[in-house]
Amino acid sequence: MNNKELQITATKVRKGIVEAVHSAKSGHPGGSLSAADMFTFLYFEEMNIDPKNPKDPNRDRFVLSKGHTAPGLYSTLANRGFFPVEDLKTLRKLGSYLQGHPCMTETPGVDMSTGSLGQGVSAAVGMALAAKLNGDSYRVYALTGDGEIQEGQIWEAFMFAGAKGIDNLTVVIDNNGLQIDGKIDDVCSPYPIDKKLEAFNFNTICIDGHDFDQIRDAFAKAKECKGKPTAIIMKTTKGKGVSYMENQAGWHGKAPSDEEYEQAMKELDEQLAKYEAEV
Amino acid sequence: MGDIVKIATRESYGNALAELGKVNPNVVVLDADLAGATKTSTFKKAFPDRHIDCGIAEANMTGIAAGLSTCGKIPFVSSFAMFAAGRNFEQVRNSIGYPHLNVKIGATHAGITVGEDGASHQCLEDIALMRTIPGMTVIVPSDDIEAKAAVFAAAETEGPFYMRFGRAAVPVINDNPDYKFEVGKAVVLKDGTDMVIFACGVCVAEALGAAEKLAADGINAAVVNIHTIKPIDKDTVLEFAKKTNRVFTVEEHSVIGGMGSAVCDVLAEEYPVKVTKIGVYDRFGKSGPAGALMKEFQLDAEGIYNQIKAKI
Repeated sequence: MNNKELQITATKVRKGIVEAVHSAKSGHPGGSLSAADMFTFLYFEEMNIDPKNPKDPNRDRFVLSKGHTAPGLYSTLANRGFFPVEDLKTLRKLGSYLQGHPCMTETPGVDMSTGSLGQGVSAAVGMALAAKLNGDSYRVYALTGDGEIQEGQIWEAFMFAGAKGIDNLTVVIDNNGLQIDGKIDDVCSPYPIDKKLEAFNFNTICIDGHDFDQIRDAFAKAKECKGKPTAIIMKTTKGKGVSYMENQAGWHGKAPSDEEYEQAMKELDEQLAKYEAEV
Repeated sequence: MGDIVKIATRESYGNALAELGKVNPNVVVLDADLAGATKTSTFKKAFPDRHIDCGIAEANMTGIAAGLSTCGKIPFVSSFAMFAAGRNFEQVRNSIGYPHLNVKIGATHAGITVGEDGASHQCLEDIALMRTIPGMTVIVPSDDIEAKAAVFAAAETEGPFYMRFGRAAVPVINDNPDYKFEVGKAVVLKDGTDMVIFACGVCVAEALGAAEKLAADGINAAVVNIHTIKPIDKDTVLEFAKKTNRVFTVEEHSVIGGMGSAVCDVLAEEYPVKVTKIGVYDRFGKSGPAGALMKEFQLDAEGIYNQIKAKI
């Protein structure tokens, strides 16, 4: 996909996020929207996956360590063809296979159950280690929040991955700067994230998480890097794409009202029309 | 009953893994800087490429095991019960239990028989914690033979397992030719009519000793080894409760939530009968030699005998 196609797809992913969270009347739009471009690039460009064969043992793996942004993952998987986009409206409802947080036993395409912050990178390390032990060539990707890295276990996982040189692992940190209680540097600053990860023997790459050229380039560099895991620290805007949600901590875990939903969909449709006109 | 041969079940764990490694190439063993103590060093020596030392980071070790298992490996996560089940409860629950992953937890140094290290390392709550996790199989082997059998059974059975091993040497009691280990199937070691003693782990041999003393007083106690706490062998629990109408449970664990509670869960619903839970009574352990602690906590044969006599 070229950048325009990626932008169009990411906007559709964003619409799915808003649709799902509005239908559920709860959920986490802010961090889903900030990572929407990353989700899109991973599933439409970067990862070797097949929606028709979601359990293919040779597939690349993805672990959504910041599991509360499940709407972002679900919308991406749906748009990629793992399940019908229409089903996004069942998010969080009784009987739905779209649980509030990712559940690998329920949802096609979900490689690890997550939701309790700080645990996903460890699982991703295990998957990457399995590939090394088996001589398999698949790669493993994990996405964490920037607030999430306040969890201690994450640093245990980083220390292990760095110490053992697990170079088939790429961790993306969504640096949208906000967590539930406010700005991450007010709550308990994890900065400087890149310097800390460098000290943990990571190949670190800082990018704009809404710029597809930079995203593409970062993954190419991650693949080239041998003997070290890569961390992509991407600066993003929480709530990206919906004007009133952007940079508002309050939209971390709240569903839009009917009126807010209409406005969000109108804005996203306008963006979509603009991107489509540019093709 | 073999009278002299004694071996710690953690030793059995390490030996079983080394044997298992030969026949099952998917078995990998994880440690958190305790391979010498958990005895997985035996496996490490034989299969260095399949032994992963995670350093002193049990939470991460548990998550790595979860990830390995999603890619076809059979990870045995090894640490002291205090950390494997206690420190890691939430990792085990969310990263292994909830996705029902094929991870085997080998928890050594359980209970007061840890000895001199004292209360901080004497986990008396792990059975309670682990048996509440949906889909978790919980096994507390009583001796070398049972511990080895449990390790092989765990590797052959899909799903999460918690296996509890001890630090101190315990007598081999299952060395009869008819012995057969089956997950979820209790072992009747001594039949009896006056009462039944359900025991697990290091307390099984002690319960047999207590039954001998009771026999000298003319009391015919049955002794049943409940090696699988979950899923518990309901049929055997009910059979012996009905046969004797007096139930004792003995475990090197808190009386809150352990094997005794699991037995009570069955009996309260299906056959209410008087049960006395013998174990550690809502308190922490102490430093001291394992044998002296078993005596102090009245979990040796003499102590169990005395506690039973006081209740009848």
